[in-house]
Amino acid sequence: MVDLRRAAAIVGVHEHITRYAPDKSEQQIQGESIIKALEDAGLEKKDVDGLFCASMSVRSSGLNLADYLNMYPKMVDNTTVGGGSFEFHLSHALNAIYAGRINCAVITYATLARSGGVSVGTGGISRQGHPRLDPSPDSFEELYGLTTVGLYAMIAQRHMHLFGTTSEQLAEIAVTMRRHAGLNPEALFRDPITVDDVMRSPVVSTPLHRNDCCVITDGGGAVVVASPELARNCKQKPVWILGAGEAVAHQGAGKRDLMYIAAKQSHVPAFEMAGVTQKDIDMAMIYDSFTITVLETLEDLGFCEKGEGGQFVLDGRIGLGGELPINTDGGGLSSNHPGMRGLFLLLEATRQLRGEFEGTERQVPDCKIALCHGTGGALGSRHSGGTVILARD
Amino acid sequence: MTTWNKPLPTIIGETKTFWDMCRRGVLLIQKCDSCNEYQWYPRGICANCWSNDIKWIPSSGRGTVWTFTVTNQNRTQGFDTGPYVLALVELDEGVRMFTNIVECDPKDVSIGMPVEVTFQRATDQISVPFFKPAS
Repeated sequence: MVDLRRAAAIVGVHEHITRYAPDKSEQQIQGESIIKALEDAGLEKKDVDGLFCASMSVRSSGLNLADYLNMYPKMVDNTTVGGGSFEFHLSHALNAIYAGRINCAVITYATLARSGGVSVGTGGISRQGHPRLDPSPDSFEELYGLTTVGLYAMIAQRHMHLFGTTSEQLAEIAVTMRRHAGLNPEALFRDPITVDDVMRSPVVSTPLHRNDCCVITDGGGAVVVASPELARNCKQKPVWILGAGEAVAHQGAGKRDLMYIAAKQSHVPAFEMAGVTQKDIDMAMIYDSFTITVLETLEDLGFCEKGEGGQFVLDGRIGLGGELPINTDGGGLSSNHPGMRGLFLLLEATRQLRGEFEGTERQVPDCKIALCHGTGGALGSRHSGGTVILARD
Repeated sequence: MTTWNKPLPTIIGETKTFWDMCRRGVLLIQKCDSCNEYQWYPRGICANCWSNDIKWIPSSGRGTVWTFTVTNQNRTQGFDTGPYVLALVELDEGVRMFTNIVECDPKDVSIGMPVEVTFQRATDQISVPFFKPAS
């Protein structure tokens, strides 16, 4: 493989801080985010020649967004593989910039999941009446009342059965994310919680409690990715892409061991390309749709052995001040989870690598290398995983 | 018979044999004549070797609970009336399928529990396979 290290950099970011925006369209939130992210980079509309986006509700989202913003990009990519789509986009943008096909990409996302009253986790596929199911696989699955929470809960159940993982260990993840959210003025929920609070929250789908589940918000954001030449002339210090890997995991015709998730495959090329190991990672943004997602991802990224995730997350290890701080913005569990959260992993990792929180408790000290792993879909049926490794100069 | 208020499968040529046999109380799975692998869910191509030498085989209809969850919250019509058990059952033939564990208290379901297939008539044309504790 050609050496793609530092072949492209994140030069601008913006998080649309709204958590509730009933009066805006997805495209308006995306447009506002792109404008701010370009401002952050010191670039303009005319500099952008690649458009990367995904949507939960708009078909042909790339085409529609180009229309709304009156853009004529040389490359449009609306790869939509669930919450981790944006790690895939960054990986694709890296390729396209290295190949010289584009110089500057924007990656953007927005949704109105909260104001639209979308029951992302507990609605099942047929929440809006009973649409005609696809002949397969839906017709062999949706008859049984699958929900997103349920498909993660089943993995948690088996993890507990095989490895003795406990609900208290999972709760520790939610407690840590809430502690981080307390440091983020934009986070949806900021009041501290305890393991007991999580254990006492209603059981949505055994063994997962409500506080094991992410919040549902509106929101959006944008990331600007540029070639090294362009990056050197931007306002912000570049955050380089060191490595990227993509994978899918599914039922494998009924025979795949679902206890291993896509991170198991996707992290391998990402680390190889980056030329770093797990020990070099100063902070990680781990997709946290549910507490079990974090635990399985940490294991399959190789931060600990399979089955040891329950122990790994204890004793403050994944909190600020710990060995591997994760989700320093409060994560999807407490800050925001607008349907698909992968974009926000890139935003917070960039802010940390820039040292934007220097002098505050939220800053990971001397943060040089960060990892983002996005998961999309459901661990219990089929999902995608995108790993990217980022570094400052 | 009460009216079926849960989703119904969409049946096409590729999967019609399966659903026809469900109506007769037989759970079919597929086996490839080229590579001898079983597969679930039914499809028109062998997922392993990509041949089209797919054969329908009656499953033993017996297996064990591979994992499960008791779902307390689902806004979908037909699933909004109380806890139910969503499970992945591993058939004796070695493939795992989604199902509900029925005819038992959700509290009594555990991983490894032996189960067997049972069919519920949804419409005159469609019967749906579920699993219950093995007799």
